[in-house]
Amino acid sequence: MLTKITRKKIDRELKKFPIDQKQSAIIAALQIIQTENGFLTDELIAFAADYLAMPKIAAMEVATFYNMFELKPAGKYKISVCTNISCALREADDIVCHLRKKLNIDFNEITKDSKFSLKESECMGACGGAPLMTINNHKMYEFLTPQKVDQILEELD
Amino acid sequence: MLINNPDNVTKDNDVFPICLRTSNLENSSSLQTYLSVGGYKQIQRILKEKISPEKLIEEIKISGLRGRGGAGFPTGIKWSFIPNDSAGIKYIVCNSDEGEPGTFKDREIIKKNPHQLIEGMTIAAYIMGAQVGYNYIHGEIWEEYESFEKALAEAKKANFLGKSICGLNFDFELYAFHGYGAYICGEETALIESIEGKKGQPRFKPPFPATYGIYGRPTNVNNTETYATIPWIMQNGGESFANIGVENSGGTKIFSVSGHIEKPGNYEIPMGMPFKTLLELSGGVWKGRKLKAVIPGGPSTPVLPAAEIMKATLDYDGLKNSGSSVGAGSLIVMDETTCMVTTLKRLSYFFYEESCGQCTPCREGTGWVYRVIKRIVDGNGKPEDIDLLLDVSKKISGRTICALGDAAAVPVLSFIKHFKDEFKYFIKNGKSMMDTNS
Amino acid sequence: MIKIKIDGKVLEVKPKTSIIEVADKVGIDIPRFCYHKKLSVAANCRMCLVEVKNFAKPLPACATQVMEGMEISTKSKFTKDTQKSVMEFLLINHPLDCPICDQGGECDLQDTAVAYGANKSRYTEEKRVVFDKNIGPLISTDLTRCIQCTRCVRFLKEVGGMAELGLIGRGEHAEISAYVDKSVESELSGNIIDLCPVGALTSKPFRYSARSWELSRRSTISCHDSLGSNMEAHVKDDIVKRVIPKENESINECWISDRDRFSYEGLYHKDRINLPLKRVKNQWEEIDWEEAYELIEKNITDINTKKSDQIGIVCSPQSTLEEGFLLKKIAKELNTSHIDYHLLEKSFSKNNNWLGCKIDEIESHDAILVVGSNLKHDQPLLAHRFRRYANKKNNFSIITSYDDFHSTHCLEKIIVNPSAYLNYLLMILKEIQLITKYKINSQGIKNTLKVLKSSNETKKIAQSLLSTKSKAIFLGHQILHLEDGDNIKFVAMHIAQATEATLGLLPGDANSVGLNELNLNSNNISTDKILSQKKEAYIMMNFDPLYDYHSPKKINDALKNAKFNLAISPYISDSFKEFDVVLPMTPFTETSGTFMNMEKRIQSFSAVTPPFGQARPGWKILRVLANFLQFEGFLYDSSEDVKADAMIELDKKNEYILIDFKPSKITKGLETLNLIKANDSDMIVRRASSLHKNKKNQNCCLINPSTMLKKGLIDGQKIMISSSEAEVLINVKADENVCSNVIAIFGKQDETFSLGMHNKVKIKKA
Ligand SMILES: Cc1cc2nc3c(=O)[nH]c(=O)nc-3n(C[C@H](O)[C@H](O)[C@H](O)COP(=O)(O)O)c2cc1C
Ligand code: SF4
Ligand code: FES
Repeated sequence: MLTKITRKKIDRELKKFPIDQKQSAIIAALQIIQTENGFLTDELIAFAADYLAMPKIAAMEVATFYNMFELKPAGKYKISVCTNISCALREADDIVCHLRKKLNIDFNEITKDSKFSLKESECMGACGGAPLMTINNHKMYEFLTPQKVDQILEELD
Repeated sequence: MLINNPDNVTKDNDVFPICLRTSNLENSSSLQTYLSVGGYKQIQRILKEKISPEKLIEEIKISGLRGRGGAGFPTGIKWSFIPNDSAGIKYIVCNSDEGEPGTFKDREIIKKNPHQLIEGMTIAAYIMGAQVGYNYIHGEIWEEYESFEKALAEAKKANFLGKSICGLNFDFELYAFHGYGAYICGEETALIESIEGKKGQPRFKPPFPATYGIYGRPTNVNNTETYATIPWIMQNGGESFANIGVENSGGTKIFSVSGHIEKPGNYEIPMGMPFKTLLELSGGVWKGRKLKAVIPGGPSTPVLPAAEIMKATLDYDGLKNSGSSVGAGSLIVMDETTCMVTTLKRLSYFFYEESCGQCTPCREGTGWVYRVIKRIVDGNGKPEDIDLLLDVSKKISGRTICALGDAAAVPVLSFIKHFKDEFKYFIKNGKSMMDTNS
Repeated sequence: MIKIKIDGKVLEVKPKTSIIEVADKVGIDIPRFCYHKKLSVAANCRMCLVEVKNFAKPLPACATQVMEGMEISTKSKFTKDTQKSVMEFLLINHPLDCPICDQGGECDLQDTAVAYGANKSRYTEEKRVVFDKNIGPLISTDLTRCIQCTRCVRFLKEVGGMAELGLIGRGEHAEISAYVDKSVESELSGNIIDLCPVGALTSKPFRYSARSWELSRRSTISCHDSLGSNMEAHVKDDIVKRVIPKENESINECWISDRDRFSYEGLYHKDRINLPLKRVKNQWEEIDWEEAYELIEKNITDINTKKSDQIGIVCSPQSTLEEGFLLKKIAKELNTSHIDYHLLEKSFSKNNNWLGCKIDEIESHDAILVVGSNLKHDQPLLAHRFRRYANKKNNFSIITSYDDFHSTHCLEKIIVNPSAYLNYLLMILKEIQLITKYKINSQGIKNTLKVLKSSNETKKIAQSLLSTKSKAIFLGHQILHLEDGDNIKFVAMHIAQATEATLGLLPGDANSVGLNELNLNSNNISTDKILSQKKEAYIMMNFDPLYDYHSPKKINDALKNAKFNLAISPYISDSFKEFDVVLPMTPFTETSGTFMNMEKRIQSFSAVTPPFGQARPGWKILRVLANFLQFEGFLYDSSEDVKADAMIELDKKNEYILIDFKPSKITKGLETLNLIKANDSDMIVRRASSLHKNKKNQNCCLINPSTMLKKGLIDGQKIMISSSEAEVLINVKADENVCSNVIAIFGKQDETFSLGMHNKVKIKKA
């Protein structure tokens, strides 16, 4: 179920920890699997748990604790917008409204063509660039304006 | 594509660049650049001259360096807690999980000057006898996580990390660890749980990490900025660092300014600078508006109305005297149009959303507080709600396993304290006072 | 010792104790939900916060250790206010549906709320609702009532041995869950029902059948294994409605296994008989007691008992001391020495047939080696002590063929086929002999050792036995099921002597130690022999001849051949076809009696309900039978009278003969491991329906994936297994925990019992 590349990536993470502490790599493993698969299924979580020789329920606890994990199908591009205070003060609301209208979906929804999904996010630790959003967790866009958002979305295939 | 703030005021920022020493230089994050400003000289010197850890800790005590993660605990004292006689492995951890609204300084260090952090951690490892270190990086600043991995590889290749560092008798492995979206993992014991591959639920203390940390081993946790300061102190001596700041607040500190400000960004300034000066440095309140209030150190520090903050100096005693605290140095600026009720609603939602859920007052209380404020914002407030909010918040505070519970109470208590009329108005009229103003 | 003050009282206490422990000891009540003395401290409910002088914040009594000079106030206004506010938080999202909650009347939250709660809630927002999950047939969930104390999570991880439940999600949305609607499988799972301080986890079989205040509580002793767990049966209208543990720190602590807890359902199974039965043309006919006894008397007196050993008597090792004693006495009157209670054993030398130490001394050893036990199923609750020991001391080794200790930390774990146990022990002995120059007085062993090479693992075990002060070797009762069980015991005795270790057995059944001590089988005649010698008549008591005996064919043949067969049993089923008369005896809950547990502790119990129908306690049946047969000396008025005589018998010192060592062969090819699951062990638990609703590992045999590969088998495939007694069609299931070249067959199950228990079987793809 885990591809060879995925395993290799997890193995690389495992090198960071003592050999009898494989569980330490669970966040990394789930991130790697999610990046490949788009979201985490129960089976994928169980596979990660088995791979790291930890109880499945413990892996489940981790997958449900950290916000950046998706346990339901997400769009090809998952847009997470920070709405916390520093962003809110800099009118993140406008960005959210713009995205909602443009994509015709609300938070935690996916567009019909499964291309986009929208999420509300807590502070991303980059408030100096407010308002901001990430796409697929790993790419951050700062100093957003509705125009800029349009431009960014256009560049995505 | 990383869009940078075109207006970032790094030019005014070179007064005392300590942590952000390389940030004005080209290719600021590269090993080459760091070496060009004297990087890695300190660890080399320390190892070569075999300077005793006690002596180095003394230097740090003299510097007056206090933890930059929020609590401001004197770093030198903290390091002396790590048992130096214990056999077996010891860990040091860098806390780069900043996710408290308004904080974004550690990201800047990792992005602009990662090698100084690495050197700082290596010196710390030497002092505390740690063999392995982790830098725990907030999940959403992924690009910084990746660039830090690159910096680690560079350092390792140049033998500033790994076995026999600088060809001398000291081994230290440092790894990057990424979080994946949980503010609570900034709390040091939650962070340790997270490194152990668990959900980030804070541990009851004692035992403290210094004796029982990662995998039950002695572990030291410091903030990114704290570690990044170390090489400079080693180079220039504790006294010079202390002299930069004011009494009880040595050195420089990065203040992150966000919200209603012309030029948001990080400003590394000497401790004790009047807030007014920093406000000018960062271009003043945006759109030429009037200042209404500032949260000086992130939402876990009390909000101060304009009149108070304008009198304040930015150091531990200064902000304390004004009724707040330095926290992580994250100044959130609010202009005259800001509705304090809806702002508090958002902050309360944050704590409700981020509570780890293990202890009763925080798990239940943060939800209660949020729902009451939401009801007020929805126009269904009741006059007794203000007292209820104050009472519930007080009952969360001081009764939880970690300080998130206390933090959650701070904005409620301080917002209502300073802006009670706005709350009363909202409850009475079912709408914000600001709606009538604009 | 340090001095502290609690509520004004000055106390001397040991350092490192928590405030709550001190308070509990001196009877000061501190409310709590998450704290449990047997679990790790979570300090998450915050109910136990108390005021401590010089601390601005209240401190959790469960997690705060006392310090010299500490002044604690558990009754101050500050403490009370704090506790009240925590109570308020706990209740805001609680449904307060006590009238319809099964926990009503015995709920910690309810009780504490009455004592600490406000009378009116200030919370007017919407309450949280949590969807219930199905975690199996034993435990019913109502998670909206959960207060996230995590006692259940910690229990399964720390006592159950496997993290099966977790708190998923975070903050207010955190909820208890198994990994996706998976059933909880621990053999100890029912304890979380007791642990849950609210009505979030309740007993599924018990649900809605009675309110707590309608139940009378009566003490009893478990009859399902030799631990002798102390229990309390809760009875309404003369029916056992549920069973819970009764605390006994030196036996079961405060737990019981699931089979102890839920077996009561088997008491009321449709197979129970309430009148004597006689067999007429393949049909059972109910008769009254008088007629039954006359019928038996007639048949028995027909047999010429002048000639010795014409009658064979076999009873269950669950038989009470009283029953055993009376049977022995009857056997004497019947002039037969052919009486036995070994149903599965092929080896039964009588020495070292008990634990060898006290149960609560097990963990005081510095090193432990367990050989040939599937601890989780053989000793579901005792296994916990071994797990706890292993995780704490890092000096626990095990030699077994099915690894059911996979999440436990072992110094060495040798997974081999049963016929290799002996060899591994010899290797250990050899290593020890090399170091200590211990003299072995058995030529057989000496010869074998000469040609043996020890392995790294056995070296390490030998070292651990030699380098520590007190150590113990425990043999699983499974080794007695093997042909070379006595050899294994013999070698283990040598190891124990050479290292000055305690040697013990982990006996299987409730009273096997007692019957051994009673010298019930004084002539060492095995059941096997009793059966193969074809008696005129057989008397069998309290077991299922086909399921509980290792060779159903042998027993059936013997019964067929006999003129008259009498069964004394609570149940009737197809297994009893060859009997002429069956007398309905009551199970343990309906009789008084005495068991001697694995540590030779004698525990007597009384009936918790009157007999079902006209069934009678075993001891009474035997007494009246003796009277009918006009034997002298059977004028007992009570089971206490019988016990008194039995105790005299127990006091007799029995001389045991040591059996010398005979080298044995390691089986080549596929070897059988007969696994008996905890819930299949006896007639009662097999009939407890809820314990069997979860059909896992039913109708299958387990083989290691590597062996499957070698044999060209695939997971889930049907195969034909044939033994010398029968052929059965069954699914194979891959299981990494089984030793390679071993096929694990579940004994005492409907699908496989007919195979009997033999170490050699053939398999064929179906
Ligand atoms: C809820 C919570 C969140 C925290 N988040 C952070 C954080 O993001 N970064 C940080 O350095 N310290 C954070 N802290 C403080 C840490 O627990 C710890 O005190 C700090 O990392 C110590 O480093 P220092 O001594 O260098 O300040 C947080 C504390 C709490 C209670
Ligand atoms: S205060 Fe909140 S975040 Fe901290 S341990 Fe308690 S529930 Fe978790
Ligand atoms: S009993 Fe102490 S916090 Fe729960």
